Amino acid sequence: MSDHDQEKEVDKLSGVETTGHEWDGLKELNNPLPRWWVWVFLATVVWSLWYFVVYPAWPTLSGATQGTSGYTQFKELAESQKEIVARQAAYLSRFEKASYREILSDPQLYAFAVAGGKAAFKDNCATCHGSGAQGSYGYPNLNDDDWLWGGRLSDIHTTLLHGIRVQGSYDTRQSQMPAFGKEKLLDTQEISAVVDYVMSLSGAPQKEDFETGRVVFKNQCASCHGNDGEGLHEFGAPNLRDKIWLYGGAREDVYKSVFYSRAGMMPAWGERLDENTLRQLTIFLHQLGGGEEGYEDTIN
Amino acid sequence: MEKVDYNYGVVKKFTMATIFWGIVGFAAGIFIALQMVFPDLNIEPYLSFGRLRPLHTSAVIFAFGGNALFATSYYVVQRTCGVRLYGDKLADFTFWGYQLFIVIAALGYVLGVTQSKEYAQPEWYADIWLTIVWVAYLVVYLMTCIKRKVPHLYVANWFYLAFIITVAVLHLGNALALPVDITGAKSYSAFAGVQSAMIQWWYAHNAVGFFLTAGFLGMMYYFVPKQANRPIYSYRLSIVHFWSLIFIYMWAGPHHLHYTSLPDWAQTLGMTFSIMLWMPSWGGMINGVMTLSGAWHKLRQDPVLQFMIVALAFYGMSTFEGPLMSIRAVNALSHYTDWTIGHVHSGALGWVGFISFGALYHLVPKLWGREKLYSAKLVSLHLWIATLGIVLYITAMWVSGIMQGLMWRSYDDLGFLEYSFVESVMAMKPFYIIRVLGGVLYLLGALVMVYNFWKTIRGDVNEKEQNLAAQGAAA
Repeated sequence: MSDHDQEKEVDKLSGVETTGHEWDGLKELNNPLPRWWVWVFLATVVWSLWYFVVYPAWPTLSGATQGTSGYTQFKELAESQKEIVARQAAYLSRFEKASYREILSDPQLYAFAVAGGKAAFKDNCATCHGSGAQGSYGYPNLNDDDWLWGGRLSDIHTTLLHGIRVQGSYDTRQSQMPAFGKEKLLDTQEISAVVDYVMSLSGAPQKEDFETGRVVFKNQCASCHGNDGEGLHEFGAPNLRDKIWLYGGAREDVYKSVFYSRAGMMPAWGERLDENTLRQLTIFLHQLGGGEEGYEDTIN
Repeated sequence: MEKVDYNYGVVKKFTMATIFWGIVGFAAGIFIALQMVFPDLNIEPYLSFGRLRPLHTSAVIFAFGGNALFATSYYVVQRTCGVRLYGDKLADFTFWGYQLFIVIAALGYVLGVTQSKEYAQPEWYADIWLTIVWVAYLVVYLMTCIKRKVPHLYVANWFYLAFIITVAVLHLGNALALPVDITGAKSYSAFAGVQSAMIQWWYAHNAVGFFLTAGFLGMMYYFVPKQANRPIYSYRLSIVHFWSLIFIYMWAGPHHLHYTSLPDWAQTLGMTFSIMLWMPSWGGMINGVMTLSGAWHKLRQDPVLQFMIVALAFYGMSTFEGPLMSIRAVNALSHYTDWTIGHVHSGALGWVGFISFGALYHLVPKLWGREKLYSAKLVSLHLWIATLGIVLYITAMWVSGIMQGLMWRSYDDLGFLEYSFVESVMAMKPFYIIRVLGGVLYLLGALVMVYNFWKTIRGDVNEKEQNLAAQGAAA
């Protein structure tokens, strides 16, 4: 039980001396530190000392040691992106100065724009519009030719740049359909009639209140949605004749849309993406299937 | 030597709690792993992934691991100091107090009360309660050491003490917060921005270092030599690796914040100290495994010892992997991917889990006065099922993690990103399914252990194994 005064015991199995202590039957051999363990430990220490010299490492009163390599993580980032930047540079230098007319007539630039737009779409737009741009309830399908705010290249670009119903923006796509029911602009009978009328525009059978609906539509809806319900890009007013429904095409869905109104939003991507990426996105979206002819070029 | 009247009552309670919370924690892990595969299992709001994930981590680390540390430390400190545990009532208070903390914390998670600090989610009221319990723990432990009947303090106690003291310091530092209202749950941290992140990872990395490493090394230093009935390999190694581990671990936290707003110099320190931590960590593995030198045959015959040695193998593997992942260039690939999850689980399932199972298998017959476990074969079965589970888990996470990292950084001929985030999520699916399978196997193994303990504690005798042993002895 006691220690130093006593002669040290030798473990029979290993032939190594014990330290002479014992706890609950537990003893300790007096083996030295394994040599390789010491050397590897020292090697990691020496390597670290070297690292302290080469890299920013120790705080000082006025900042920190900078290291002989001049390393910063921002330099490393730039370094690691060098190759990407180089690959894009050849195209970008032409792309940023090219008008839509030039891009459309240059297969190489066009392919570059589509590839860039695709990458940007997947990381920024797919969350709402779906990874195949197929859309979902409240988020338009971007593969078809049904456009709320216009499907020409320059229209798409404006929508992307300024977004839709972005608060505090003058340039954003802005319009507001009244909540006809909630704000008591129409009574429920009138709403019912106009819903029936709107549904008949895309082929549903006419109901007995057709005439009432037609009058209500002419007075309340036609100014934005058009006399025949064909829609108007200027106000982001959807075409009501095409059986494409952003918020559902069942009678009760349409009723809700008229009663409460709808007002989808999209961020102004100009605040997050650079102009090149925006134009790449524009061209990518335009070629998905529904792009409209013509454009207003801002670059000549 | 006179027979000491050890306080086994409180050790028994903590042992039961360890087993109970272990099953709860493993099951919670499987459930959230399933949520990753089938998002519909997110039952909003109480059982969403965001709330159940801290429930899982806290259940396995603090409830399962914590109770295992309480149980074994109270057992080890009595036996190696040769005296009864100090303060019967205070020790009992630490038991009920700690269980209450676990329940308060868990309720908070499910109800959405959180500080949003990883591994430190409980709000201020739970933190204060834990502090009280922890001080009581320190008093019980320290007073037992002080009144010991032997001149020296056994190495296991150094590690347990380092664990208890450091966790107290970490907890007090990271939990500093001001409650908005003394009657409300919400509080604001004393730290903001990058300072807050740094304090958080100083805390969280040392929770790994002192809770999951030092504490369980204490366990290892008693139960491995005891089970093997061999002296510890090297006293000197135990001293050197203890102090180097304690000193170096404290610096390693910043490696969790590579390539963030944390200044470069702090990242460098975190990384280099992580590299220097490699050998101090391995010191414990060497001392554990080499304790068997000259007696390797015991490993072949004793499945309990096998548990402990496999634990040390996983310990060695994850304490090598850790420094590797702390290197900036490796971290650039591994960070934010499943590789980290795999790394944590090779340490948690392999090291923490297995060394605890080994210790429990040693403890239960001793505590309940049984000659031996009901069945050694079932221990073996547990070992193999659980090992297979871990292997499935960590290999799935390695593959998916590295794949994730590579997908995020790959770009096409024109210099555009090849994949979007959601595509990398979809690519994870098969690996997430394999992970669930690994977790299920691990839980099944633990249930086999529960059955074995149930039979052992009841005092049942496995006649088949008894007869076989008798035949072996006769032949």
